[in-house]
Amino acid sequence: MAKSNEPIWWSLFSAGGMVAAMIFPILIIITGILVPFGLAGGDDSLNFQRIHKAISQNNSVKLILFIVISLPLFHWAHRFRFTLVDVGLKSMSTLISILCYGGAIAGTIVSAVIFWNI
Amino acid sequence: MSTYHRIVPNTWWLQRRPYILFMIRELTSVFVAGYCIFLLVLVYKLTQGADVYGNFMAAMKSPISVVLHLITLVFVLYHTITWFNLTPKILVVYRGEERIPQGLVAGTFYVGWLVISAIVAWLVLGV
Repeated sequence: MAKSNEPIWWSLFSAGGMVAAMIFPILIIITGILVPFGLAGGDDSLNFQRIHKAISQNNSVKLILFIVISLPLFHWAHRFRFTLVDVGLKSMSTLISILCYGGAIAGTIVSAVIFWNI
Repeated sequence: MSTYHRIVPNTWWLQRRPYILFMIRELTSVFVAGYCIFLLVLVYKLTQGADVYGNFMAAMKSPISVVLHLITLVFVLYHTITWFNLTPKILVVYRGEERIPQGLVAGTFYVGWLVISAIVAWLVLGV
């Protein structure tokens, strides 16, 4: 049997799925409801100084945020790849894989560069 | 001799309710990726200084941002629920010879979810 890359993509898919499941709902509630409706502890909680300081001066915060942003991209890549194949794009499956995983890798690199330079 | 392939229309997933729900579950990943990009832009704006970040925060208060967030929240919550219900079927946990019931594993995820959400809210909002 030919060696497969599948376990790598599947591991990233499931790790990203868990991160998104656990953390995204509360983050969406914060950025989409609490902040717009002024329920995020006034203007102080997400102000530039506090957030910039919290991220730029702490490498473990950078690492956690990098993981929180990049892993779910691989979750999307793996799921969306098979969704497109399932709706009849099987003939283009190689191109779809390259675009999906490539997109996730690109997003990860952009994310790494941003956190590296902050 | 060629292999027989049954013709499956590309709209197969519209034919039954479980198929439609499956497709909705798969499409939640698009909203997950969309929110990743939003977070990436948010952190990028942070690197561009207080004014740029402030403008972005102001834009987050616009109705369009709120609506997009609410739609994303619905799909991501669907992801969370289907994920927690599905994972115990794959993650088989034993205590001694006994398999820990799937409901208990899923329940642990839900409790963990609440605890993690509270911690994230506390860290982000500082309240």
